[in-house]
Amino acid sequence: MPVGDVMVASIEQVWAWLGEVPDPEIPVISLTDLGIIRDVAYQGKTLVVTVTPTYSGCPATSVINFEIDKKLRDKGVSDLRLKRQLSPPWTTDWIKPAARDALKAYGIAPPIDGTAADGVIAGRIARLSGDNLRVECPRCGSAATEKVSQFGSTPCKASYRCTDCLEPFDYFKCI
Amino acid sequence: MAPAMSDIMTPDAAELARNAPGDGRAPLAEGSPEHDLFIGLTRLGDNTLILGHRVSEWCGHAPVLEEDIALANMALDLIGQTQLWLGLAGEVEGAGRDADALAFRRDAWDFRNLLLVERPNGDFGQTLMRQFLFDAWHAPMLKALEGSSDDRIADIARKAGKEVAYHIERSADLVIRLGDGTEESHARMQTALDALWSYAGEMFIGDATDARLAEDGIMPAPESLRAPWDETINHVLAEATLTRPDSTFAHKGGKQGRHSEHMGHILVSMQWLQRAYPDARW
Repeated sequence: MPVGDVMVASIEQVWAWLGEVPDPEIPVISLTDLGIIRDVAYQGKTLVVTVTPTYSGCPATSVINFEIDKKLRDKGVSDLRLKRQLSPPWTTDWIKPAARDALKAYGIAPPIDGTAADGVIAGRIARLSGDNLRVECPRCGSAATEKVSQFGSTPCKASYRCTDCLEPFDYFKCI
Repeated sequence: MAPAMSDIMTPDAAELARNAPGDGRAPLAEGSPEHDLFIGLTRLGDNTLILGHRVSEWCGHAPVLEEDIALANMALDLIGQTQLWLGLAGEVEGAGRDADALAFRRDAWDFRNLLLVERPNGDFGQTLMRQFLFDAWHAPMLKALEGSSDDRIADIARKAGKEVAYHIERSADLVIRLGDGTEESHARMQTALDALWSYAGEMFIGDATDARLAEDGIMPAPESLRAPWDETINHVLAEATLTRPDSTFAHKGGKQGRHSEHMGHILVSMQWLQRAYPDARW
């Protein structure tokens, strides 16, 4: 809506624009799909976009902030501020259902709900030898897969291998 | 009276460096709540920074690709956590130093990390054992910090704790696999444990700063982390068929800025670029 000679974008409109910004590492899902945009609000005339990092050392964080800034400025938002919010920390539970399907189609096994790292260290150590996760191969759908490494091509992924079709793949690990 | 020869020959280098012209900041008063908090935060941030740097030295050199990637990822987590801890430390100090300034413009005596994390990488087994001894402390430390009376600290701890849950899972898993592995891998893991053991005790020795921080509910007393650490260590070492050393001797001083000879070497490689080209950016 025009206020004076400046166009002020509605909150809904801003969310829709942010939904068009792809994740720099996994371009099949958007920043809103990923659940890292925590809030969009006006403080006075300033549009404040609150973003939470996925991993504290993720190199994509600064690229994400740059992309948000660029998208909104391209859409005519000039009075803009990005705010970092650490708490509550990001969890893979916030990834939207449709985005999980997109991840799978892209070849990345989506995170399995309810297994997010909750800080109960003793429990995790006790389960070390157990096969408590059944990660399906995104290529053939087989559940006969094995973990190669808890860490993968980006901080948010683990490396897996399908023992049926032999496809190596990334698993978006729960956090 | 002329100063004695030893006074001339051994100037207080730390004091000289801190008072060097061009700094211009008013130092926080020793023993003040702000100074305690600053020290506590640099201890946390320096641990993650120096260990992160050490682990990153493996990049491109690990025994297999998957381990190379895992080590680089863990280094990344630790450096990310460093930005949060040292960022907050700079804020508390209020002298205009950000995380980068604290990481790249301090000298060894102002670093507050444990001696354990500056130990050289050694072989892969030694790197993993160092990581495991640290992770087994780091995880319960962050858990306790989640309940800090300072919300900024609790927020960072909740974030970092999720990442460290994966670190301890991995390092414990590998200590078990290599300890309970071949004769060669078992021997190397036991050697690593024996060599590093005397550097673990420092994690549980508190000083006056720790006591004041614990009293205010800001950070846990270091002594309180001994029991959960022992539990994890005993469980994992038993699974790994490794023998826990008897000695209770502990090297200490890192938390107070008294470091081993390795610290200077780490800083030479870590700070070289920022020292040669201050404020360089890409």
